[in-house]
Amino acid sequence: MGVGRKKSSWFDEESGYLVRPYAISGGRTSPEGSDFALITLVVAMPASRTLDRRREQPELTAILDLTQERPLAIVEIAARLDLPASVVKVLCGDLLDKSMIAVKKPSHEASAPSVELLERVINGIRRL
Amino acid sequence: MESAGYSQQGGSQLAMPTALKILIAGGFGVGKTTMIGSVSEVPPLETEEYMTQASVGVDDLAQIPEKTTTTVAMDFGRITLDTEHVLYLFGTPGQERFWFMWDDLAAGALGAVVLTDPRRLADSFASVDFFEQRQIPFAIGINCFYGRRECTAEEVNAALNLRNPAPVVMCDVRERESSKRVLLALLESAKTVAIG
Repeated sequence: MGVGRKKSSWFDEESGYLVRPYAISGGRTSPEGSDFALITLVVAMPASRTLDRRREQPELTAILDLTQERPLAIVEIAARLDLPASVVKVLCGDLLDKSMIAVKKPSHEASAPSVELLERVINGIRRL
Repeated sequence: MESAGYSQQGGSQLAMPTALKILIAGGFGVGKTTMIGSVSEVPPLETEEYMTQASVGVDDLAQIPEKTTTTVAMDFGRITLDTEHVLYLFGTPGQERFWFMWDDLAAGALGAVVLTDPRRLADSFASVDFFEQRQIPFAIGINCFYGRRECTAEEVNAALNLRNPAPVVMCDVRERESSKRVLLALLESAKTVAIG
């Protein structure tokens, strides 16, 4: 979708990234203190609406804008902002530290899904 | 527009849906993105991830491990199942041999569809091996884009030499109903395993 491409000063349509993406995350590749999966859902907290945006990194406010109305997975934020998923994880770690977002980790990361859950997925697919 | 109470302090864990995922694997050009697009509520999106891996090549006489960075791109779509569940469908990178190293991609998946071109069955061997080893439930979708059925489900089962018979479904993934049939075959199979 390239939403971030048009707005971002990091990105140039012809040359691509003007800086390495990890410059955006301050060289960090994994967030501290929290672990995000590709499908961890992120939603902006109401408090984020009163945030002084001029003081914040544009990528952080872009994440808040995207997740204002509905939760989005890390991977979807990454795609819409044209950033690698690992960079988005770091940025969301920062937002979580500031209590600007709420997150929901995927369940069943370790164990097999229950029959009940599978039936709900089956019903959801049937309704499509 | 209100955020439907998703972000209420303290109550967010209750109000937010849970995300689930299913992988769509298969060789390059077999129709993974088409299948995702046929059932997704958003046009398929693409994301990239950088993976750093230590590579010790067989021709590396000095045996110095070199770090190489691989960019892996994959696409995905989204299906809101009900108020509490949202399903993401991930197409595994078709040409990239190293997607298996991307643990985050396969971890916790409900299951996988191995989409297969009947003329290039061998392209799906690596995916089948991977899901069998990880004990991730999978179904084989034989994508008959061109209306020709060059093989039967039995022949595919025999050719893939499946350890446990996985559902084999003939499909045309341009059609939503057809893609749904493949997903439902996978989920019914996963349910059978879950019942035990």
